[in-house]
Amino acid sequence: MASKGTSLRKYALVRLALVVPLIFIVLTLVFLLMRVAPGDPISASLGGHAPQSQIDEIKAELGYDEPIWKQYFEYLGQIARGNLGTTITDRRPVTDIVRDNGAATLELTFYAMIVAIIVGVTFGLLAGRYRDTWIDGSGRLFGIVIYAMPVFFLGLMAQLFFGSYLGWLPTSDRASPIVEATMETHTGFFTVDSLINGDWNAFTDSVKHLVLPAVTLGLVTAGVFIRLIRVNVIRTMKDDYIEAARARGIDERSVVYDHAFRNALVPVITVVGLTVALLLSGAVLTETTFNWPGLGHTLLTYLQNRDYAAVQGLIVVFALVVVVASLVIDFVNAYIDPRIRY
Amino acid sequence: MAVASPTDTPIQPPRSRLSGVRRAFAPVSEARGMTRTMLWLGAGITLAFVLIAVLAPVIAPYDFDAFEANGKRFPQLAPPSRDHLMGTNVQSTDVLSRVIWGTQTELKVVIVSLIISIGVGVPLGLFSGYFGGKLDRVLVLLMDALLVFPFLLLAIVIAFLLSDRVGQGILTAAIAITVVYIPLYFRVVRNHTISIREEPFVEAARALGARPLTIIRKYVFFNVVQNVPPLATLNAADAILTLAALGFLGYGIQPTEGAEWGYDVNRAVSDAASGIWWTGLFPGLAIVLLVVGLTLLGEGLSETINPVLRKRPVAPVELEAERPLEVEPR
Repeated sequence: MASKGTSLRKYALVRLALVVPLIFIVLTLVFLLMRVAPGDPISASLGGHAPQSQIDEIKAELGYDEPIWKQYFEYLGQIARGNLGTTITDRRPVTDIVRDNGAATLELTFYAMIVAIIVGVTFGLLAGRYRDTWIDGSGRLFGIVIYAMPVFFLGLMAQLFFGSYLGWLPTSDRASPIVEATMETHTGFFTVDSLINGDWNAFTDSVKHLVLPAVTLGLVTAGVFIRLIRVNVIRTMKDDYIEAARARGIDERSVVYDHAFRNALVPVITVVGLTVALLLSGAVLTETTFNWPGLGHTLLTYLQNRDYAAVQGLIVVFALVVVVASLVIDFVNAYIDPRIRY
Repeated sequence: MAVASPTDTPIQPPRSRLSGVRRAFAPVSEARGMTRTMLWLGAGITLAFVLIAVLAPVIAPYDFDAFEANGKRFPQLAPPSRDHLMGTNVQSTDVLSRVIWGTQTELKVVIVSLIISIGVGVPLGLFSGYFGGKLDRVLVLLMDALLVFPFLLLAIVIAFLLSDRVGQGILTAAIAITVVYIPLYFRVVRNHTISIREEPFVEAARALGARPLTIIRKYVFFNVVQNVPPLATLNAADAILTLAALGFLGYGIQPTEGAEWGYDVNRAVSDAASGIWWTGLFPGLAIVLLVVGLTLLGEGLSETINPVLRKRPVAPVELEAERPLEVEPR
């Protein structure tokens, strides 16, 4: 229909227009944090003992000797052109790091999200449906305990039990060294690439490496889903249209499954979007625990080397991912629920 | 029941501050069923940890960094035994002592960070929501921008920048955590203030010529502040997790300044490969238990205070008691 098309497009445009100042402020914040903060990033990244001439040379090369406002506009211009800067310590373009290590993070978070949705939706719906019964009680207890469980602690316990006690699963890296070295990359997802290459051994190897980190991160994220879906179901069950459906004599099963659950799940899409930020935070910890060579792991390495330029570029990437994710979620929501388009 | 007491006497004295407090706590004594269990269990666990923290000097067998006693060096990575109930770690320190002293560190950081984030977030939200205008728009945009960052990354970067200049102590960790929570308080308080601002009683006060500051202090503040305790409790739980995560990544409390559970779990990762479980299990369990306690308390509080989720006893309750909790329209 034409009218639907225009209003959706209008909504999308308004939403996009609102994102521009947000991104601008985010970029400015990062710049202020990393550059205007006192101290000298160049000498810090060189260990604080480099001769002045060497520091000056690198400064000139990276444009750090320019006045601060000039650096700021230079920085904005670079990002607009898709250039996230170059690291100080090993002179790699940040975009290369994103390409090389981003796939690892993406693969981990993708499978973790699947685990989170399966576990979270099941437990959340059941707990909300059977409120104040033992199902609700155990579902909530699970939700609370899993929320209280730091992802690195759960990972450590999983390593102890499945790794060193049972010896079933590997506890670090994305694949065995040989597999990793010989893997021909297409998508950067080891589980997909190995199938494209038709290498069954590589596939099982990378799946084995993926199980512990993905389940760990997924379970922790599921805690959020359980809590929110449960409250949603309870709220929906109190709505007038549920009452109306019951009044019309519709079978209680159908009321719950066809009317309540379906409507209680719509907000989950929003939650998935909000979880992206949480998932990325969790990924930093999971990657560290399981030595998973993703973006979070890389960021921490650069932090340790006091490489301000790399940190700045990677932080921008993380923030942009969250902004884009929330934008996409808003579009999907507007498409599903016409009330959101104003 | 205690609930009915304000209206027991026919001639009501002018509302004192105490009756306001009692009214605010009325839902707590009304809580029933699971909510009540959660509330008391959570309060019990939290209290136990507070006691452990306060009594740490008395109950901890050794100092958090002690590796010898009476001139005898502790064994390295010894499994739990009579001398060391939770074993010892790779630096020969007693795990039990570190867990107990860690409670103190954790609670100190959380208290400092809560004070800062409430102290900054609530007033900002009140003023921004009440006065609106340009200041409001700028603050909202700024806070939204802060919420865009994955919270842990923001905390890491702040801790990293501060540790270069201030050092890695309790204050650094608390500030790094605070930056994450100020926007949350700001948002909740601001949105609530906006809805309260248009209420008839605020308009009446305005019509009587009350100054904005008086209105905020006397009429808006008490209505808005009811949201803070559940949020603060849940945030305290979250702050523990953030601090532990910072510690795990090496940006928390410096090991020489105090015992910290997240740091201990990090040190235990390398022990895991050789099947040593006691160095990581106990500090990790301490994190889980404290966070569970705070979460139960916070969820219990928000279920009792949030009228949408609240289940009341069937006994009639006069409307007077039902009024003060404003239902935010959804």
